[in-house]
Amino acid sequence: MREAVIQTERLGKRYRIGEREPYRALRHILGETLKSPLRIFRRTRPSYFWALKDVSFEVREGEVLGLIGRNGAGKTTLLKILSRITRPTDGHAEIRGRVGSLLEVGTGFHPELTGRENTYLSGAILGMSKKEIDAKFDSIVDFAEIEKFLDTPVKHYSSGMFVRLAFSVAAHLEPDILLVDEVLAVGDIAFQKKCLGKMGDVAHGGRTVVFVSHQMNQIRRLCQRVVWFDAGQIRKNGPTAEVVGAYEGAMAAGEVVGSPAAATPGGKARFLRWEIVEPRASEPHLLSSLGPVTVNFEVRVNEPVLRGHHGAALFNAERQLMWAWATDDLRLEPGSHLLSYTFPMLPLRPGVYAWQVSLWDDRTLLELWDCLPEMIIATEVHQHPLDEWNGVLNIPCNFHVSDGRGMRLAGSARI
Amino acid sequence: MGIAPIQVAHFERPVVRITARRGWLQLELRELWSYRELLYFFVWRDVKIRYKQTAIGAAWAVLQPFLTMVVFSLFFGALAKIPSQGLPYPVFYYCALLPWMYFASALQNATNTVVEHQRVITKVYFPRLVLPLASVLSGLVDFAIGFVVFLAMMLYYGIVPTRTTLLLPVFLLLAVLTALGLGLWLSALNALYRDVKYVVPFLLQFWMFASPVVYPSALVPERWRWLYALNPMAGVIEGFRWALTGHGQPPGGMLLVSAGMVAVTILGGLIYFQKMEGTIADVV
Repeated sequence: MREAVIQTERLGKRYRIGEREPYRALRHILGETLKSPLRIFRRTRPSYFWALKDVSFEVREGEVLGLIGRNGAGKTTLLKILSRITRPTDGHAEIRGRVGSLLEVGTGFHPELTGRENTYLSGAILGMSKKEIDAKFDSIVDFAEIEKFLDTPVKHYSSGMFVRLAFSVAAHLEPDILLVDEVLAVGDIAFQKKCLGKMGDVAHGGRTVVFVSHQMNQIRRLCQRVVWFDAGQIRKNGPTAEVVGAYEGAMAAGEVVGSPAAATPGGKARFLRWEIVEPRASEPHLLSSLGPVTVNFEVRVNEPVLRGHHGAALFNAERQLMWAWATDDLRLEPGSHLLSYTFPMLPLRPGVYAWQVSLWDDRTLLELWDCLPEMIIATEVHQHPLDEWNGVLNIPCNFHVSDGRGMRLAGSARI
Repeated sequence: MGIAPIQVAHFERPVVRITARRGWLQLELRELWSYRELLYFFVWRDVKIRYKQTAIGAAWAVLQPFLTMVVFSLFFGALAKIPSQGLPYPVFYYCALLPWMYFASALQNATNTVVEHQRVITKVYFPRLVLPLASVLSGLVDFAIGFVVFLAMMLYYGIVPTRTTLLLPVFLLLAVLTALGLGLWLSALNALYRDVKYVVPFLLQFWMFASPVVYPSALVPERWRWLYALNPMAGVIEGFRWALTGHGQPPGGMLLVSAGMVAVTILGGLIYFQKMEGTIADVV
């Protein structure tokens, strides 16, 4: 049996809720104190919630552990505690070895600095020594494919170039233990493949990795063991196939995944799941062709909805609205309903997108759901070859040159 | 059987224990030392960016104290005729402005540093102490550039450095530590209450007049001198004048009081900053 390199004992993390702004302005406190001077003595009891509670598990050397569960289940909080970004409220953990954490792509990058300077800065922030960066510098630049722009400030980079360099620096981190949050779905599809390949190398290279993802096929490919988190606690911990199977089973059985209503049963309506039914794919949230596309949202209605209003919106990863639609005067009887949308094509650039659906009854919001998992679009790219000219739309087109009478000349092309 | 188990070389690995609370003051100097390269990179980046984003770059480090010196010499010197210990007004003021301006900008940068780095703080671990430390150290580059101008002024006014000049690093260190000690408090407080950063410019304005920048500390009545010395910058600035020009009085007793104050500020700052460190990522 290999040595345990991460051991946690009843780890817990409590957050305060109800405060919309995490930090306060001094003037608020002064103002409140002036208004009712006695209040500071009469402490109102703030309400708390446990983002993580009683979490005990261990990771052995060389193991690749996957963490799954819906959003807010505590996966990221756990990574933050293990990487020492925040301290637990309860319990303790013991870690043997140098820890590297990748919770975000581009940590520590500064827009004014050049690619070369940022490589050193970000590398140092992620925990590499200067000697280490020196040694890996060529390989980092090579992987990112940005040789020509090394001495250009990164504020002039396209988002694709930026992400490639940022990922490349991160991918060259070689700690004893690597903590990775879902940062892999970055860049264009070709680069995504490269990233996954690199992650696979790391995972199979004997290093200890703890990996958070919503994408079950990634988890299946990379992890040997999986821990499923639910509402801050461990629901299941075991071999990948077993745990992922149970998780997917629970999802299919109608257990709400990521819906906020899960915590408040007995509402009038609740969204249960969403999926892409056309074109069929191994992963119901992955879109691999432009269209036609049919997306279903399943909603369970507990009491009759008489003057229903339903909205659906699609956002990209930067939370820009891509498309939205609303329907009025819906009558929904109690029971399960499929809200189905068919698009001749969804010509969006590959990346991560998020649906948001809502259901109202006569101006009362019954349920608003930021759909999980997110939608991954992984279609072929029909775009300008240079990243900086890649737009939001991803549409194939025919191009030709003709004279005034419609005679085709040279230069026909299909993009 | 047959195959002997391969003995895996057991490297010395750091063992980190993560718990809810730490003691009052557990200075992990060894850990801080292992992050010295990151400290260097932060300082290097601060300096680089400061000069990249401005049109005239490093000239700011010269212009700021120099122009202020001109204004002070004109109004407080030539017009108000404040006693200058027998020094030409430009020298009298520049000597004081060098450490003062260093201190003021170091304190301001240190106050903002935790909030400015909130993205990094919430995504990766390093001893947070590196941040205020870096902002206090990066100001020294400006100081060095400004100091070169002072050397030119000394030549111009024919001031010969004496042996007292050798004590200059002591006073500089005191200024650095004062900025760091207070910076620790303010950077953590600013993460909690964002208006702290608006308070700092006022604080600095009052503080400048509570320090012998525009006047010599000899103007302060003898019996209040001890109280005056509670302001560490008083000792620093008097010390700078004395060390650089040999004029004025050596700030002996005053310096001791100042050093004591700095020690208390730093100790308190470290305790407070460390208390905040574990949860700072949750509040910024």
